[in-house]
Amino acid sequence: MSHRLSLSQAFTFLLRRDLLLAMRNRAEYANPVLFFILVITLFPLALGPVPELLARIAPGIIWVAALLAAMLSLDSIFRSDFDDGSLEQMLLSAHPVAVLVLAKVCAHWMVTGLPLLLVAPLLAGMLGMPAQAQGTLLLTILIGTPVLSFIGSIGVALTVGLPKGGIILSLLVLPLYVPILIFATSAIENAASGFDVSAQIYMLLAILCLAISLTPWATAAALRMSTS
Amino acid sequence: MLLVEGANGSGKTSLLRILTGLGLADSGEVLWRGETIDRLAGDYFEQVTYVGHHDGIKRELTCLENLRLARAMGIPSALDLDEVLERVKLYSYGDTDVANLSAGQKRRLALARLLATDSTLWILDEPFTSLDKASMALFEDLFTGHLQQQGMIVMTSHHDISMPGQSLLRLRL
Repeated sequence: MSHRLSLSQAFTFLLRRDLLLAMRNRAEYANPVLFFILVITLFPLALGPVPELLARIAPGIIWVAALLAAMLSLDSIFRSDFDDGSLEQMLLSAHPVAVLVLAKVCAHWMVTGLPLLLVAPLLAGMLGMPAQAQGTLLLTILIGTPVLSFIGSIGVALTVGLPKGGIILSLLVLPLYVPILIFATSAIENAASGFDVSAQIYMLLAILCLAISLTPWATAAALRMSTS
Repeated sequence: MLLVEGANGSGKTSLLRILTGLGLADSGEVLWRGETIDRLAGDYFEQVTYVGHHDGIKRELTCLENLRLARAMGIPSALDLDEVLERVKLYSYGDTDVANLSAGQKRRLALARLLATDSTLWILDEPFTSLDKASMALFEDLFTGHLQQQGMIVMTSHHDISMPGQSLLRLRL
């Protein structure tokens, strides 16, 4: 008799499967990035050509857009799996569900969070963000967006069984996103003024560590509730 | 083999889902070899293959990719995947996207999980939905083979089952 895959093999297998699915559904996954770019490019048009004002509010604009883009994409973590019964099969897997959830959320971040990291420097430049703040912007996006996916996954897991869970999902998840928003924007503003940003970055890192280690368990439990 | 019978809405699916651990029972507990399935968790799940109302296969993946996933989530059987597809008469569809299959073919692919993984207990909720007579006979043979190898099957079905030589326990809800 053959043996089941090791935990890390199962993790990579599911990660690769989700990335493959995302590749085959490119249009759906391009949505959040497109939204991110569109929202940010609309601000200079709406506010008029005042470079100082744009540079001042750039961190806020970029992070609010990132937050909303993340919200937009959250449902896709588990929705299609729930609809076609793959989620049930995942819950009945021989592997711990939390590890599989971790793989799915990582894949989700690679598809929806990572692209933001690539376009953010361009958009920051367009808004006139000072060059010394751009490194910090990237760092906050790199640390902050995975947290958005991890926290969001709990919300999606809780609402995936509801017919119209969208609004509840926003209400559940948005308040939990606020600390990320505050620390990230404050770090970028500090960097723009030439101050030290380590406090905010460490705080974000701490939140990320907590999110990676705790949310998969909560999400797994929530998924069991949603499917029962 | 346990055949759960009952009218629509009598709780057949709920019972099956409780047995898999997906559903929660209002009272009582499910035991597997003397231990509750909550305690066993993965050790129980690896011995169970469940095919429910939903096929549990991804439309965007090909038949082979779907079976590989099923194998990765459980204990892979000794059978080659091409052989599995051959057994459920989907051999030429290995690289076809599931979205292009008919309902009956999807059902056959969902049931192919039974062959792709090595499990003792098969829990099947209306496995014959959308299947034609020839496919039904095919799976009845498959079930007979599983029972002969000391396997167990719990299933619901509105179709008549003909599995000569096998003891069939009926539970009416």
